[in-house]
Amino acid sequence: MVTFDHGVALLPPIAIAVPIVVASLLLAMGRRLPRVVVDATAFACAVAEVVMLAIVLQRAAEGRVVTWSANWNPKNGYSVGIVLVSDELGSGIALLAASLVVLALVYSWRYFDDVDAHYHCLVLLFLAGMVGFALTGDLFDMFVFFELMGAAAYALTGFKIEDRTAVQGALNFGVVNSLGAYIALMGVGLLYARVGNLTLPQLGEALAHHRPDALLVAAFVAVMTGLLVKAAMAPFHFWLADAHAVAPTPICVLFSGVMVPLGIYGAFRVYWVVFSRVFPVGDIRRTFVVMGVLTALIGAVMCLAQRHFKRLLAYSTIAHVGLFLVAAGCLSDSGTAGAALYIAGHAGVKCALFLLAGTMLNRYGSVDELDLFGRGTDARVTRWLFVIAGLALAGLPPFGTGLGKAVSEEAASHAGYGWSPLLFVAVSAATGAAVLRATGRVYFGLGDQPPARLQHEQTSGSEEKPEVKGLLGRVRVTMLVPILVLLGGALALGLLPGAHAAAESAAAAFTDPSAYATEALTGRAAPAIPVLHVGNWTWSGVLLDLLSAALAVGGAAVALYAARLGRLRQIANGGRPMLQGLRRVHSGLVTDYVAWLMTGVATLGGLVGLPLR
Amino acid sequence: MTYYAYIVAVFVLLTGVFGIVRSRNLIHTVVCLSVAQSGTYVLLLAVGYQRGVSPPVFGSPPVKPSTSVTDPLVQALTLTDIVVSATVTALLLAIAVQVHKRHGTVDPNELVALEG
Repeated sequence: MVTFDHGVALLPPIAIAVPIVVASLLLAMGRRLPRVVVDATAFACAVAEVVMLAIVLQRAAEGRVVTWSANWNPKNGYSVGIVLVSDELGSGIALLAASLVVLALVYSWRYFDDVDAHYHCLVLLFLAGMVGFALTGDLFDMFVFFELMGAAAYALTGFKIEDRTAVQGALNFGVVNSLGAYIALMGVGLLYARVGNLTLPQLGEALAHHRPDALLVAAFVAVMTGLLVKAAMAPFHFWLADAHAVAPTPICVLFSGVMVPLGIYGAFRVYWVVFSRVFPVGDIRRTFVVMGVLTALIGAVMCLAQRHFKRLLAYSTIAHVGLFLVAAGCLSDSGTAGAALYIAGHAGVKCALFLLAGTMLNRYGSVDELDLFGRGTDARVTRWLFVIAGLALAGLPPFGTGLGKAVSEEAASHAGYGWSPLLFVAVSAATGAAVLRATGRVYFGLGDQPPARLQHEQTSGSEEKPEVKGLLGRVRVTMLVPILVLLGGALALGLLPGAHAAAESAAAAFTDPSAYATEALTGRAAPAIPVLHVGNWTWSGVLLDLLSAALAVGGAAVALYAARLGRLRQIANGGRPMLQGLRRVHSGLVTDYVAWLMTGVATLGGLVGLPLR
Repeated sequence: MTYYAYIVAVFVLLTGVFGIVRSRNLIHTVVCLSVAQSGTYVLLLAVGYQRGVSPPVFGSPPVKPSTSVTDPLVQALTLTDIVVSATVTALLLAIAVQVHKRHGTVDPNELVALEG
């Protein structure tokens, strides 16, 4: 009889249940409690989550923490129970989610002046969904947590219900994500029909070395569709810009920092545990890399074309998602490690930028970079934080984004994509340049004052409603502290000596389906992974990162002073029709988005299915 | 082995999707989303169905534990699925009401607050 550890193994289900219980209590009692009690309760709950998940993460380094609910432990490797399997990357991303919720709640503390307990309740339910999604080892539970996370997220997106952009963004988000989830559920049904089981380890073992037939291709494409809709891979990415641009600022932090990366995490979790021994590696790698490159390029171009600052950040998230997909899509340990580091560093920097956008909105009443031209020149501290965050987004060493980018570039080159450093440098520099351009205009008054007239097919940032009563005279301390913590965290990730080595060993565990199945189904420890002794930084990585940062500064300067460069203007005008076409595709209409979703399903089906013929 | 139920499931899903794409009314859009989801109910129930066996109820009249029954697991999944559907539909309908208030229209193709 095998034994399953019952000490730490109790923590993952508790970590999922606690936010749900606290949220229900807040919902029941919230009206009668003063605001400060509601804030403190939600904050305490999120901090407790961080502590629990940190303990799970620490134990996961020695081996996966496996919890079979109600002790339905497997006999002879078979069980009909439901399992939670926490490995390092799973508990790591859950910990990231809990930490970001803590910071978002601190930021909301005196940010939203008039919210009642509904807001805190939704945030905690959202957290429960994310933690459950990250830790579950069951395919159907993944769908359930996906939808729990989704329903809370749709409601939070439309939280400013008076705002006409907010309700439209929430609707687009809700319809596209739910449809993705239902398509994924079709795939879950097909897999159950084939195997008669729903836990990831048993699915993986049953399908290992199975011939990739039509049913498995359909199931794989369907499940991936749902998860990649959440990850905002092109052409499933349209909802993201709409939702991120309109959601309250602290919620954008959770969306960009962890919900979208969770989609990638889920896709690769299912790929590695269930499908990695079914399909030829080359086909799947090509699929992810092709879609990743497409996503990165669309995101980068659309990012540069925005004047609405939160929308600009949203497209930069799409561009980075493309890079994560290319890195993790190399289907190697170091690619996975690079993606994990990049996601962690990106979370710090991007969340800091969203919070900075919140300070912009609440001091000046708009997030439109053209309307606000030169308005922020009095902000002595925040404007330099914008500059630092913009450079970090481009990958300035020693920020964690630079480390993740360097490791990813090396992994992608190693996997045979020699052009990948070019892609990583260009895309990260473009997103950094867009942020620096907006900063230059708003906070330094640089460049020529552009005409503020709204072009056709552009979204202005002036409609965004401030989230405080009246405009702020100065940025509050509760807003500044989370920004500094986030930037400090991104910096610490790059400076922490063992960060790369830890990510490599976590990735080695993540990409090992038989060790996952052994530990989940027998309770025996899988053979330990030899510790890699790798340093954080390589010379080539640092140089490429510095190049991105320099290109970002140069790009921003060109964008600011383009009007004075006649020749450059001509070239730019030549590209205008293409840009107009790309803009027109991002129409904001949910009917179009659903049509694109089905196109994406067909593309994935073609990329996965056709080479097998 | 019959494929009929599986074809129906995919057909229902695609009908819902087609309905959303062609939709001129947000209520219609949300209902079409539910129609698409109904495809998943059909699929899940079809997976667990066996011809000529009893339902998975071991109460009275007594069914011996050795008797073949249809798969209760997929029925539980379908129930969960219906709960999810109810939540999402209610939420989206509430948002649709709010869209009508703020935009003065329920035609999804006339919402122009977000583009580019």
